Amino acid sequence: MAKKYDLNEVEVWDGNYAASQALRQAQVDVVAAYPITPSTPIVENYGNYVANGYIDGEFVMVESEHAAMSGCVGAAASGGRVATATSSQGFALMVEVLYQASGMRLPIVLTVVNRALASPLNVRGDHSDMYLGRDSGWIQLDSFNAQEAYDMVLCAFRIGENMNVRLPVMVHQDGFITSHTAQNVSPLSDDEAYAFVGEYQPYNDMLDFSKPVTYGAQTEEDWHYEHKARQHKALMDSRDVINSVFEEYKAKTGREYKRVESYLMDDAEVAIVALGTTVETCLLAAKQLREEEGIKAGVVAPRCFRPFPFDMIRDALMNVKALCVMDRSAPGGAMGALFNEVSAALYTTPNRPIITNYIYGLGGRDFSVKEAKRIFKEQLAHAEAGEITTDIQQFSGLRGPKLGFFKTKRS
Amino acid sequence: MVEIRWHSRAGQGAVTGAKGLGDVVSTTGKQVQAFALYGSAKRGAAMRAYNRIDDEQIINHEKFMLPDYVLVIDPALAYTDNITENDKASTKYIITTHLTKEELIAGLPSLADKAERVFVVDCMQISLDTIGRAVPNAPMLGAFVKVSGMFELDYFLDRMKKVLSKFPQKIIDSNMDAITTAYNAVN
Repeated sequence: MAKKYDLNEVEVWDGNYAASQALRQAQVDVVAAYPITPSTPIVENYGNYVANGYIDGEFVMVESEHAAMSGCVGAAASGGRVATATSSQGFALMVEVLYQASGMRLPIVLTVVNRALASPLNVRGDHSDMYLGRDSGWIQLDSFNAQEAYDMVLCAFRIGENMNVRLPVMVHQDGFITSHTAQNVSPLSDDEAYAFVGEYQPYNDMLDFSKPVTYGAQTEEDWHYEHKARQHKALMDSRDVINSVFEEYKAKTGREYKRVESYLMDDAEVAIVALGTTVETCLLAAKQLREEEGIKAGVVAPRCFRPFPFDMIRDALMNVKALCVMDRSAPGGAMGALFNEVSAALYTTPNRPIITNYIYGLGGRDFSVKEAKRIFKEQLAHAEAGEITTDIQQFSGLRGPKLGFFKTKRS
Repeated sequence: MVEIRWHSRAGQGAVTGAKGLGDVVSTTGKQVQAFALYGSAKRGAAMRAYNRIDDEQIINHEKFMLPDYVLVIDPALAYTDNITENDKASTKYIITTHLTKEELIAGLPSLADKAERVFVVDCMQISLDTIGRAVPNAPMLGAFVKVSGMFELDYFLDRMKKVLSKFPQKIIDSNMDAITTAYNAVN
């Protein structure tokens, strides 16, 4: 029987510690890990909890992130509750196995501390790794601060392990800005947290010798397509389960989460759509603009990046006049990915608000409240002109000559 | 909102100091943030740590800050780092040095017009005398408690003991000694 932690009602934890405590409270059976900055402390702490008797589990040291996720696949297929953590290059090396895990419908939880991808080498936060996972068939939940990093990990087990879902779940937090920033966190007690997450229920576990099963069979054109379509449907159908897990979590903690978070949107005329800590920085900017200048600014943020909340994004934004979608990932010769997805959702609304794209914060470049306010005001200028008055894609906080691409063709 | 910027070298305990301060502040019902910016992640490199303290949940995640307090825990950084960056007309400076305040300011023209807001304390010597090693973070917390008036010394010591409760009694005692000595010595 694992020992329990005596936690205060309010702790001061950084995002990494918060995530590791959630893994401990969920009593994860196996963590196979190859630590990497800035997510290292998550698995390091898990190892500490195992060594000191706070978890009845197994820490498996491996030789790479590819092996780490492979170990997780094996342990999950055997019938255990499994989790690990990674970032950036480690995430990139895991990618091949991420698709294996989701295709095998294994409810692994991966805590991703978002970090830029090399080259040039950079350990700081941006969303390149989160975006790299977006077609991998995993559910992706995003947290904007340390409290949410804790809350989302507990919810992730419930969502992924639900018998109608059985899919792996990533929980994202911003490298350093969340992972290494200590803030007030209100944890559940060990008993409350475990009661919420529940006993792990195996499904088609390989160690059940009375019912032999195969994982990762070869299908070719005969069955591959049906498998993949069914997997996609499972992801889409997980939306209801995510909603109900969030509702249950609210009943337990008072903290309310939605697949799309809307802040100050009831009467908003201009909006910013963002992910991660930027959501809160933009919310502060919106509050200040409302108080100081009466600008009706609001913020919309996908809490659930996958399955992409096409429905809720549309509802949240269809009545604004102009909005900016912020992408914290090098777009690699295209518009930002979040911009593209939000645009597609809004294209199916009657109003079709004016929508522009900012690339920002790559490699941890600071994003300030002042800059968020400037961007809100730029949206107001678009709204007043009735058309896009700038390039459609711009770069925030970039040194050197101004960079931008594409002009509007509507007026 | 109270904002604090620590100037330190990696290994001197600014991050631990900032987190310890955050731990104590959180027990008063306030919201806190503690984070750090490293240049190159090696011992001895100049780095900065930060605290924000507020009555409401802190949702500002920018690194940019107009500090209310600047805490310099390495004596040489007062000269080599830009410690007055983004300061305000009310920013208070607590600087660790073996010099008198007058001697320090004589060598730092950027502080000349802020003399009434500059406080000095020899955190290095105090930590050597009390803890036995050059870990200037604990004494700086004592000096901060005095200058800010944010807590009664006894309340701070009591809460800090709980933060350090996992350490051996000898370490807790020497840290309490360091905090108290610096509280009384800062001027």
